[in-house]
Amino acid sequence: MKVRIHVSLKPGVLDPQGRAVHHALEGLGFVGVEDVRVGRLIELDVADSTSDEALDEMCRKLLANMVIENYRIEKLEPKGVDA
Amino acid sequence: MKAAVITFPGSNCDRDMAVAVEKISGKAPIRVWHGDAALPDGLDFIALPGGFSYGDYLRSGAMAAKSPIMQSVIETAGRGVPVLGVCNGFQVLTESGLLPGALMRNIGQTYICRTVPLVVENSQSLFTSRYEAGSTICIPIAHHDGNYFADAETLDQLEGDGRVAFRYAEPVNGSQRNIAGILNAGGNVLGMMPHPERAIEDELGGSDGRALFESVFESLSVA
Repeated sequence: MKVRIHVSLKPGVLDPQGRAVHHALEGLGFVGVEDVRVGRLIELDVADSTSDEALDEMCRKLLANMVIENYRIEKLEPKGVDA
Repeated sequence: MKAAVITFPGSNCDRDMAVAVEKISGKAPIRVWHGDAALPDGLDFIALPGGFSYGDYLRSGAMAAKSPIMQSVIETAGRGVPVLGVCNGFQVLTESGLLPGALMRNIGQTYICRTVPLVVENSQSLFTSRYEAGSTICIPIAHHDGNYFADAETLDQLEGDGRVAFRYAEPVNGSQRNIAGILNAGGNVLGMMPHPERAIEDELGGSDGRALFESVFESLSVA
């Protein structure tokens, strides 16, 4: 099973990278960009039997830093499920 | 005195740290590899050096914080043994939960390598007793991710409990309240971005870091 972990900075945590990218977009002439936040996408390929609890624990223990980041788990179609 | 300096893959200030410990305490520290299952028995002092452990993959210090030796470091710190984390070592301490908060990318996005003035905020701690509270010392920094972040409640608690050990005398990297180094609740774990081990004699450009090691080692000999 493919799983995508979306890690993003918590609201209120200043994002220096996002700010730099924002400036760069403005420099390129793009108007109307209100804000930019840079996150991280982690793709896992795990056994179909992997529990939601285990995925949650992976995020909390390592993949995200709960002091500054939030995470969202997106499960893609399991392998071997043919219509 | 029995000291240990831990080396992670990508540590690059471990030798400097070992030299500083030996020059000031008179005894060479034991060099411990991150993959070792346990620390040697009877340690009096543990140092986590600067560097780029695991290439700063995922987040600075995140991978090193989960390495086998860290469980032993956490247990030993829990028994009150002094632990000093410098630069990447500070990042490892926050990622491992031994210290609160997180170290984010510098506000200016750049790697900063220069000597900065620090204010000694607390001279009552194990690590700072040889300094005068309120005095300014000059210590080199060299980091990309030194921007200290914690929520307001945590920051208030740190300040209220005298756990801010050092503060930048002027804004350097975006750190909340200009925090450069903090202590744990027990006062035996210090994490700081500046490098005291690079300032132990005038030949290195300054010796203001020396008193930090003298403070710890003095507390050990008195104990």
